[in-house]
Amino acid sequence: MAKGPYSEKVMDHFMNPRNMGEIDDANGVGEVGNPACGDVMKIFLKISDNNIVEDVKFKTFGCGAAIASSSMATELMIGKNIDELLQLTNDAIVDALGGLPPAKIHCSVMAEEAIEEALKDYFKSKGEDPAIVDEMKAKIKKDN
Amino acid sequence: MIYLDNVAGTKPDQRVIDKMMPYFTEHYGNPSAHFYPIGREAFEAMEAARAEVADFIGAKPDNIVFTASGTESNNIALKGFLNHSANKGKHIIISEIEHFSVDTLVTKLISEGYEVTKLKVDNGGLVNPSDLENAIRKDTVLVSIQYVNPEIGTIQYTEKLGGICKSKGVTFHVDAIAAAGYVEIDVEKLNCDMLSIAAQNFYGPKGAAALYIREGVKLMGLMDGGFQEKGYRSGTENVPAIVGMGEACAIAKAEMAEYVPRLEKLQKKLWEGLGGMFDFLNFTGHETRRRPGHVSFWIEYIEGESLLMWLSLKGFACASGSACSSNILAEDEDDLVASSVLTAVGVPTDICAGSLGVSMSRYNTEEDIDKLLEVLPETVQKLCEMSPMYNRDK
Ligand code: FES
Repeated sequence: MAKGPYSEKVMDHFMNPRNMGEIDDANGVGEVGNPACGDVMKIFLKISDNNIVEDVKFKTFGCGAAIASSSMATELMIGKNIDELLQLTNDAIVDALGGLPPAKIHCSVMAEEAIEEALKDYFKSKGEDPAIVDEMKAKIKKDN
Repeated sequence: MIYLDNVAGTKPDQRVIDKMMPYFTEHYGNPSAHFYPIGREAFEAMEAARAEVADFIGAKPDNIVFTASGTESNNIALKGFLNHSANKGKHIIISEIEHFSVDTLVTKLISEGYEVTKLKVDNGGLVNPSDLENAIRKDTVLVSIQYVNPEIGTIQYTEKLGGICKSKGVTFHVDAIAAAGYVEIDVEKLNCDMLSIAAQNFYGPKGAAALYIREGVKLMGLMDGGFQEKGYRSGTENVPAIVGMGEACAIAKAEMAEYVPRLEKLQKKLWEGLGGMFDFLNFTGHETRRRPGHVSFWIEYIEGESLLMWLSLKGFACASGSACSSNILAEDEDDLVASSVLTAVGVPTDICAGSLGVSMSRYNTEEDIDKLLEVLPETVQKLCEMSPMYNRDK
């Protein structure tokens, strides 16, 4: 059969999305939308007292690449600490998926942004300033 | 694979292919070479095809120009006509749901000093004839409105629109590409001056299309070259494909009366089956004035590309007008845009929804539709469960 526009990995995550759903007692929830195509991605985080991602789930309204990106992102997130989460870029998601068509890169950016939003929500829920996420991100970018 | 994307092109009829083959293998001469047999054979076959195409749309063979695609027919019609009558007036009228080959073309002409009116359509996709009447001005030179819209299946009041143009003395072009083979075409009844059809849309091959030009209507060819197609379309004709197109026209003419009612039955079955399926499914296009075998709709909460991909995995080929699925080969996300046809008929693009177009051919069976009706609910349910918008307020 002819190959489609997506890699095997993308198709696998599209057909069998990992960690799809919601977490009732999440302590960080992030939602981002893409005004261009109206897509919405939502990430639910459960971070333990020692700063480790215990559980993560996603819900996505979007294309095949968006669904696969969110599914892959959750796989890469589980068991990571907050620092590592912040280092998870869309490039890493694209790599793990075996590449995405150029026009679909922004769908993986949505996943990175959703993680950021979820972390901000997490800090807010702990009574801290969510702006710390932006600062930490900026620092990581500078260090690289 | 159950093929339900026939507005994108149909499976060629085997009789068409059989008729074409000798023009690759034996009669491969250039149809402009009249002084040896294989050239003359190619020419004669091409002229026989021209007569069949003409007969199919109620025209004379002399009025038919062969081109290579529907897009090319539309381009020759519009640009060729305007280039010839450049100083007669600068106002053009189209509808807001035309194919790219018409819409982009006239939009570009604005920078050349043309004024363009894009007539609104109602929620069923219909141009109101009185709107056309009111839009025609003294300097209107050309009206181009499609007969059937491929995305939403709506059949325009083309006869009436043509009648208005005729009475006002304005040249009228009809893009009948999605109509041919499904809706009867008679250039006299439609009151049109030019009309485009393409063989691949009704069981013929790709690479053959035609433009009807009424006598008296003057066009300037777009390509410089030889005298093929009376200079309207220079370049050696694609004889095998043209032969195939002639056969496709003859078959459609003979068999439409048999398969069109069958397609209408299948359409009704699908429409009714979908109607009761979800309260968040909405049909697009007109309920009665639609291409036989064409059903289109949008579903809230789920996205079109994901729906297409799942249906494909389950063995169905359909179409979607969603932004995400619009241009997978684009270099840039900015090239992903939702169908303007859907916006024009009032589909809200600011809420989360996915559109789907199902267009049947005469090869489809009742079983195909049963299967689609069986697979759709589980597919939609799966995507709804994944959607952050579904059940949000419940
Ligand atoms: S979510 Fe719209 S293109 Fe990926």
